[in-house]
Amino acid sequence: MYGIGVLKGMAVTLKNFLRPSFTVQYPEESLPQHPRFRGQDFVWYEERCTGCASCAKYCPLGIIRIVTDPSGVATPQGDKYKVLAFDIDLGRCMYCGLCVEGCPYDALHMGSGFERARYRRQELVIPVEELRRMPKRPSTWFRPQMETKGYDPRMGKELPWQEAGRHEAPDVEKMKERWVKER
Amino acid sequence: MTLRTEPVTVNIGPQHPSTHGVFRLRVTFDGEVIQEVEPVFGYLHRGSEKLAEERTYSQVITLTDRLDYVASMTNNQAYVLALEKLCHVQPAERGLYLRVIAAELQRIASHLVATGFLLQDLGAFGTPLMYCFRERERILDMFEMLCGARITHSYLRIGGVFQDAPEEFWPALRIFLHDMPPYIDEYEQLLAENEILVARTKGVGLLSQEMAIASSTSGPVLRASGVPWDLRKADPYEVYDRFDFDIPVGTAGDSYDRFIVRIQEMRQSLRIVQQAVDQLPGGTSVGKVPVRAKVPFFIRPPVGDAYAHVEAPKGELGFYLVSDGSIAPYRCKIRSPSFINLTPLKEMLIGWKLADLVVILGSIDINMGEVDR
Ligand code: SF4
Ligand code: SF4
Repeated sequence: MYGIGVLKGMAVTLKNFLRPSFTVQYPEESLPQHPRFRGQDFVWYEERCTGCASCAKYCPLGIIRIVTDPSGVATPQGDKYKVLAFDIDLGRCMYCGLCVEGCPYDALHMGSGFERARYRRQELVIPVEELRRMPKRPSTWFRPQMETKGYDPRMGKELPWQEAGRHEAPDVEKMKERWVKER
Repeated sequence: MTLRTEPVTVNIGPQHPSTHGVFRLRVTFDGEVIQEVEPVFGYLHRGSEKLAEERTYSQVITLTDRLDYVASMTNNQAYVLALEKLCHVQPAERGLYLRVIAAELQRIASHLVATGFLLQDLGAFGTPLMYCFRERERILDMFEMLCGARITHSYLRIGGVFQDAPEEFWPALRIFLHDMPPYIDEYEQLLAENEILVARTKGVGLLSQEMAIASSTSGPVLRASGVPWDLRKADPYEVYDRFDFDIPVGTAGDSYDRFIVRIQEMRQSLRIVQQAVDQLPGGTSVGKVPVRAKVPFFIRPPVGDAYAHVEAPKGELGFYLVSDGSIAPYRCKIRSPSFINLTPLKEMLIGWKLADLVVILGSIDINMGEVDR
């Protein structure tokens, strides 16, 4: 009989009408995101960064600009270049995370935000001063050590640079031993 | 006295909502009946193939995300398979299973989008689309757990996947597998017998078996015409030969069959995911079994070429890579299913009316990111 199919369809609609709604009103409430979420506002630990520019090399778009000065200062990580500029042009970033994958010292991490909208494109470039003082709530993407330590960026706690690495900093004696052995 | 009539030529698109992206059709109508069709593409051309030539092999993965942006996982998969063939890399076993799980979930998500938008094109505005998106949302949530992104995943890497699935992924997947079959039944109940839908799609946009093969279509479009051709069975890649599943085929090759084939494929995908979870080496433990073979990021494949194809939700997606021994591909050719499935468009459209055009185009399920590349 004509109309049965339509009635059956209506039954489904009625069933769904009685279910709780699954949409949220965004600016007032937002859905929780996973700690691995590859988000905006990169987290960069100057203490860990050696200025090796691997991240800039890994980036498919070449949007990380690094200027270093070889008159480096000694840091807990060993000798390093002094980073004069470290700009990320978020306006062209696609949040692929390859730069984070490329960083051998766990200095660069994806952020966990998604609300960095600006009126002008120039404001989307994060200069190094801003990177220095931005809150450090890294995403756990490609950083399994944070996941095992139970760190979750949504808890609002900041992660100090000492805890972000996948291993403890090698001490200079050990490194020297290795250099001698490998030569 | 007789009225003088003449055919009119109308541009549909490139900004028409029912063309699924920036697709332009120059259609000549005789009254309401389509006489001549000329598809015009290129509005979304980004030169992906050329861009790939100036990126390293691993960086190209991010470009493949942007081909068919509702099914990025399978795009990654096709590219990574071609690259593995080129470099003779044996991927990690657990990585292969995770790839299959991701690819099948992606197939469900893509078919949900196709079904939802087909209904939208039929005039059921919003509501059925939202039902489909509700389930797709859960799949995207799971992808976010896997790789931190919802649309542009870049999850697969040469030699496996980039990282193991987190602990909370497995319960989420189990609940999803449990909840999904009733929802699929619900879509079917909502639509399959609906007289309006049947009247609008049965016998509309016929594509004969010969024509489907002659114009080298693939995916649900080909299977709806009654050809049981699925690369997962015909040329099993990864671990697909270890699963037991059927290939749903249609009989008539009309819009209705294409729609039903997609619904049934979702059920088969659920079956594959369930089997993959059961067979997964290492089970649901995290980080115990390697998911990625050790391969350098700036990989230099030997001089040569390789072609690999996968059964993407829309059809056969293939990548042809030529290496000259450097860190970037010498040539990267993409065989995209959406583009080739548009070949028989003329045959399917001529003789039908304007309102059917929208439905027939929706039933092919094209994605302009892939058509224009
Ligand atoms: S996320 Fe991707 S695009 Fe953005 S800076 Fe890092 S490598 Fe470049
Ligand atoms: S962020 Fe990492 S990869 Fe980039 S320069 Fe610093 S240490 Fe090197």
